[in-house]
Amino acid sequence: MSNPSTIRESRVSRTAVMALMFLLAIYFLLPIYFLIVAATKPQGELASTNGLAFSHFNLFDNLRVLFTRSDGVFGRWVFNTVIYAVLGAAVGTLISALCGYALAKFQFRGREFLFSVILGGVLVPTTALALPLFLLFSATGIVNTYLAVFLPSIVSPFGVYLARIFANAAVPQELIESARLDGAGEFRTFFSVAFKMMTPALVTIFLFQFVAIWNNFFLPMVMLQKESLFPITLGLYEWNGQTARAPLLQESVITGSLVSIVPVIIVFILLQRFWRTGLAAGSLR
Amino acid sequence: MTDTATRATRAVTPPGDRRRRLNGGGPRAGTVIAFVTPFFLPFLLFYLVPVGYALWQSFRVVRRSGGQYGTSYTTFGGFEQYGQVFQNTEFWSSIGRIALFGIVQVPVMLFVALTMALLLDTPLLKLKAFFRITAFMPYAVPGVIAAIMWSYLYSPQLSPIVDLLGDIGLKPDFLGPGAILWSTANISTWLWTGYNMLIMFSALQSIPQELYEAAKLDGASNWAIAWRIKVPIIAPSIVLTTVFSIIGTLQLYAEPAVLRQISSNISSTFTPNMLAYAVASGNNYQQAAAISVVIAVITFVLSFGFMRLTSKKAGL
Repeated sequence: MSNPSTIRESRVSRTAVMALMFLLAIYFLLPIYFLIVAATKPQGELASTNGLAFSHFNLFDNLRVLFTRSDGVFGRWVFNTVIYAVLGAAVGTLISALCGYALAKFQFRGREFLFSVILGGVLVPTTALALPLFLLFSATGIVNTYLAVFLPSIVSPFGVYLARIFANAAVPQELIESARLDGAGEFRTFFSVAFKMMTPALVTIFLFQFVAIWNNFFLPMVMLQKESLFPITLGLYEWNGQTARAPLLQESVITGSLVSIVPVIIVFILLQRFWRTGLAAGSLR
Repeated sequence: MTDTATRATRAVTPPGDRRRRLNGGGPRAGTVIAFVTPFFLPFLLFYLVPVGYALWQSFRVVRRSGGQYGTSYTTFGGFEQYGQVFQNTEFWSSIGRIALFGIVQVPVMLFVALTMALLLDTPLLKLKAFFRITAFMPYAVPGVIAAIMWSYLYSPQLSPIVDLLGDIGLKPDFLGPGAILWSTANISTWLWTGYNMLIMFSALQSIPQELYEAAKLDGASNWAIAWRIKVPIIAPSIVLTTVFSIIGTLQLYAEPAVLRQISSNISSTFTPNMLAYAVASGNNYQQAAAISVVIAVITFVLSFGFMRLTSKKAGL
């Protein structure tokens, strides 16, 4: 089996595989590298210098311009994004956890039916919801407020699905029983016993929902006209549309894009193992 | 984790529970409601009600009483809105465009993702964590920002890629009428390959190593093990990623909308979702609702159809 020809062959294939993977890595990194380079350049050098080489380092100036432009509206967008995505995902995770835990640990009539209805929600395309929601919200006057984006964002059927799986896997029935015997109410049992055991799972649910809200462009675009309520994505989109008339905006769009994705990428890399848990569970569907 | 999750889904109803409930134990109805309502109420209001409302709207039409200047009112119109959707040439061209996009982009992306997942699962490769992270990183980037980044890489004034290709005598036009669909497809591929790769890789990691031992002893190559043993085992994950990709393709909006800002070759009705939005912006909400319903139905039919087809083929 291990004659010289197969060894040579495996060395060749090893090199080929590494080369292929490096090419793909370059493909995935290129736009982000370009963005980093472009964000450090003054506007005037964007078109005149090589896009992949650093030139005059102007990042701090670009940041100052970005955060002071239009009365500091970019800072406002960062704040809004935190409210929509971080707070929304936190609230969403909590309600998904409560519901998933109940579906996993309580026996009640209609449980499987309820679960099927929620699971069906996973398949509803969220963009199909945005337009009817807009009409319903305009009738109730919620359109063009924080709530118009925040409220629909907290609902994640996939989160309930994950919470149910994780509650089943991580919280032993005996522990719940003994907490009950000690006289703890169901909510106390949930928050003092189950919540701790489900924490890694809850981080996973939080991350998935955070990304879903962070990515959701259609909903805020449909709901919001007031610039001061925009999330970063919608704000940068609007600026990007104005660069033809105001070319100086280009540098702020680039710097703003970098500022908004870098923290998220870092958090992603740090929390990698939670992703893999969630993806593994999701693929069992 | 995968193991515990599998065990959990299998043990949905432990027999002990049922006995306890018959004895009168378990939480009271009020407790169940208190746990379920915080999710279910918003789910009802912001998922189920809009679905119902869109359906209802799609069967309404706006009529005018007393000529052109009369007051308008909405009334039941049967399938009139749907008839208009199917007669709308812009609707069909957006569907055709997205079908072409999906038929090419989804297989290419999933093939790359599968190849990467299989390579990451072999001993052939070093620096595995690096390759895994770089591929997954784009998932952290929202579609709008990814499209903005790529639009700079496509733009003839700013792009280093256009410059480089120009040096070797090529004159690519990434934003031209023939290329724009594939430039959009490239953004989707960049965004989602790593995510799909990680789903497949997670499935590969949960295969017990013993399964390969026998094949290895028989002298099977890594190649044969990958395609004959691993791929069939992770087939459910491949189906899942395909279904997700089909759903994603039909919902395409942000990426073409951004490219539209720099290219006149993307119309306001480039994708079905852009069409729905354009129609709604013209205040024809009933027609927009009908378009949304048709998109959702196509999504359902394609995802379920694909799942059925593959499970039949696998003899399940």
